[in-house]
Amino acid sequence: MAVSGIFFVLYLIAHMVGNLKAFAGETAFDHYAHWLRDIGKPLLPGVWFLWILRFALTVSVVAHIWSATVLALRARAARPVRYAHRPKIQGSYAARTMRWGGVIILLFVIYHLLDLSVGTLNPVGDGSKPYSNVVADFAPERWYVTLFYTLAIVTLGFHLRHGVFSALRSLGQQTPKGERWARASALAVAILISGGFLVIPFAVLTGLVS
Amino acid sequence: MNLTLRIWRQTGPEDKGRMVTYQVDDVSPDMSFLEMLDVLNERLILAGEDPVAFDHDCREGICGMCGMMINGMAHGPQRGTTACQLHMRQFSDGDTIDIEPWRAQAFPVIKDLVVNRGAFDKIIAAGGYITAPTGSAPEAHATPVAKADADAAFEAAACIGCGACVAACPNGSGMLFTAAKVTQLSLMPQGQPERYTRVIGMLDAHDEAGFGGCTNAGECTVACPKGIPLNTIGRLNRDFLTATKKAAGKPGS
Repeated sequence: MAVSGIFFVLYLIAHMVGNLKAFAGETAFDHYAHWLRDIGKPLLPGVWFLWILRFALTVSVVAHIWSATVLALRARAARPVRYAHRPKIQGSYAARTMRWGGVIILLFVIYHLLDLSVGTLNPVGDGSKPYSNVVADFAPERWYVTLFYTLAIVTLGFHLRHGVFSALRSLGQQTPKGERWARASALAVAILISGGFLVIPFAVLTGLVS
Repeated sequence: MNLTLRIWRQTGPEDKGRMVTYQVDDVSPDMSFLEMLDVLNERLILAGEDPVAFDHDCREGICGMCGMMINGMAHGPQRGTTACQLHMRQFSDGDTIDIEPWRAQAFPVIKDLVVNRGAFDKIIAAGGYITAPTGSAPEAHATPVAKADADAAFEAAACIGCGACVAACPNGSGMLFTAAKVTQLSLMPQGQPERYTRVIGMLDAHDEAGFGGCTNAGECTVACPKGIPLNTIGRLNRDFLTATKKAAGKPGS
């Protein structure tokens, strides 16, 4: 859970920084997208780097979901009789939305791949013009796409808020001072990553990126 | 104060159980929660009914016997307080209070609000001890211990094993209890010889007993009447990582 999660966080940071290239203009963004296919050349032929990354991400997704399922099933088995008075959430709200939040994020990722990687759900859907795809995606008349995107990213923010802290704890963070540090960095990672992803659709919506 | 209580009644382990509503009148705000239940039980006994069974012993918050879910909160709404030390002034006249036993696969209900917490004993038996012959209390300065370590160990040793952490955990995990019992020894020089076999043995016993896995949700530490901090689980994780790296054997091997 922690190891695959940390890999996702690193991937998300790279993905977010890449997205921000949209502010550098169409040429720069498209050039960046094409460069992704050439990473590792000439050592790795063609789009090998991308496929290696996709393979690693798939393995991590499977590992992450498998661990989450094992934990959820164990939790269910550990409390066969539920409380009549539903226990109040006294700890962290983010921690209690991890499972359903994870399902929402998974659904979003599937949509996101069909939208901007495969292109079937995108109004432009031209793999060679990623910038136009993004601009068409978040056009004001497609407000529902922006809304869904925003919801998914906010969910991701909550998931990271608890996930980063929990990963550090699982990997042996043990002092009270370190706990304050771990919680603060989890919050910072959650805000920076969700903020970094959210500026793109709103920049398109307001015409800053067009 | 006049209160409406909805209490879990279950005649035995095999009974399905149900919530039963009782009316309790003339409750003094200075009564403890258990005294309020005593008042109800006196009335039930006089009426020839079966009194509500609940665990209690010292009634001063240090034995760990009492414990029940009060309105979905382990030991009730006041933080750092066992059910016996909870006073009725925490409630208002006319309140409806739901009272349920700890719910966990590893804590089967014996009767009404009484659960069998023998699973905790199994965890302790799997490593919550030291094998060094201790004899009578040694001279206090014979073995120096860093003040910070002594404080952290004492904080963990405050655990009274009441089971509130399990009851409050969304995963039904007993990790805070296990971590407290591992940490109070692993921070001390006397706990070092079995440090890494202990953590593996106790975690195995924890999992075998049917407790859920920890997801660091943090409900346990809020519910804990002794305020065992959540980072205690981090200390357990650190010991476990070291133990698995060293490929240490099980206790007794």
